[in-house]
Amino acid sequence: MNYNATQSTAPKAPAPAMTYICAECGSDNEIKPKEPIRCKECGYRIMYKKRTKRMVQFEAR
Amino acid sequence: MVPEKKNFSHNDLDTLRSRVIVERDRVTSTASTDFPHNYPGQDLAWDFEKFKESFKLKINKLSKTEMEFDMIGIDAAVANAFRRILIAEVPTMAVSNVFIMNNTSIVVDEVLAHRLGLVPILADPTKFDFKGKEETPTDLNTIVFKLQATCRRNPNAAEGETDPLKKYIHANVYSGDMKWSPQGDQAERFKECPIKPVFDDIVVTKLRPGQEVDIEIHCEKGLGQDHAKWSPVATASYRLMPEILINGEITGEAAVRFQKCFPAGVVDVVKENGVKKAVVVNPRKDTVSREVLRHAEFENKVKLTRVRDHFIFKIESVGAIEPQDLFVQAVKVLMDKTGTVKRSLQSTLQAE
Repeated sequence: MNYNATQSTAPKAPAPAMTYICAECGSDNEIKPKEPIRCKECGYRIMYKKRTKRMVQFEAR
Repeated sequence: MVPEKKNFSHNDLDTLRSRVIVERDRVTSTASTDFPHNYPGQDLAWDFEKFKESFKLKINKLSKTEMEFDMIGIDAAVANAFRRILIAEVPTMAVSNVFIMNNTSIVVDEVLAHRLGLVPILADPTKFDFKGKEETPTDLNTIVFKLQATCRRNPNAAEGETDPLKKYIHANVYSGDMKWSPQGDQAERFKECPIKPVFDDIVVTKLRPGQEVDIEIHCEKGLGQDHAKWSPVATASYRLMPEILINGEITGEAAVRFQKCFPAGVVDVVKENGVKKAVVVNPRKDTVSREVLRHAEFENKVKLTRVRDHFIFKIESVGAIEPQDLFVQAVKVLMDKTGTVKRSLQSTLQAE
């Protein structure tokens, strides 16, 4: 019930587009929330997330 | 000081003292026995003046990465100390920490970090400090490299191209893609010799279109005893000078058969009054395979030995430090060690 209320009070920031990788053709796809999950290149409906840009430290041994 | 070349018949103290004897099935007289009071009437106390007189060093081959030299008149303990110091105790710079921002290549992060660790770095280690475990990196103890590469299709590639290096741009990531990013005054300090990997063509990883590596690399000063990546040499080794002694003469067709027992260039067959005769011309080339000792016809005719204090020393540098400088640095390390022993001995003597 509260679902709609919280939705409406939230500031209408432009939805950030996320880049995903198509599981079929490997091309980058920018998909916004609520957008259909479908590859622009080949129409495939399975997407992978990209690796984080978070740094990982290793000892070179 | 080693006595001059022995006659065949000698099996006396001098031979046992100065030669390692290579027999058919074993090697004898291997240990050094040159110490005071070991032989009656022989003063074998170490003397600096005597050493200076008898010690010889001759460089046979020298290049940017390799050096071979003869070291004559020194004990195996000292020669071996130099060898071990060259491998494990002459400092160099090597990759110690790898910060991976992104790596979508097939090589996983830890393997990639390990591979980067083994890339030799061309930098003068004497211009850097050792970095302690808890110390923060500064421009005096750390070299920073950036490795950034993204692969994409080559728009100019021919249709049906199968070679990945032509089909894609940046299909291989090479050590040469590591770009030095000078910290503090490093750009000024190393402007004569900019820091870079020794070789630019080491394949670090391979990429396909869309894959990317984005890595920061930190190099530190270290010793080979900690990890082989800090070893300045591919290897440092020595062998003893071979010696081939002939009892009497080997003549006729036997001389040719005798020659064939050794690598080319070791034994020459000369004609003396129309008779073929075997002469040892270059025992250095002998591999001491002991082939001659297998032939019954040469039994008691030939004796193989090695000169105990004649070291044929070979240094194969990785390329960061030139081999002749490496040896000097190794000697300095040994001198520092002996200095430490001397000082601690003096302090214990004073305490008593």
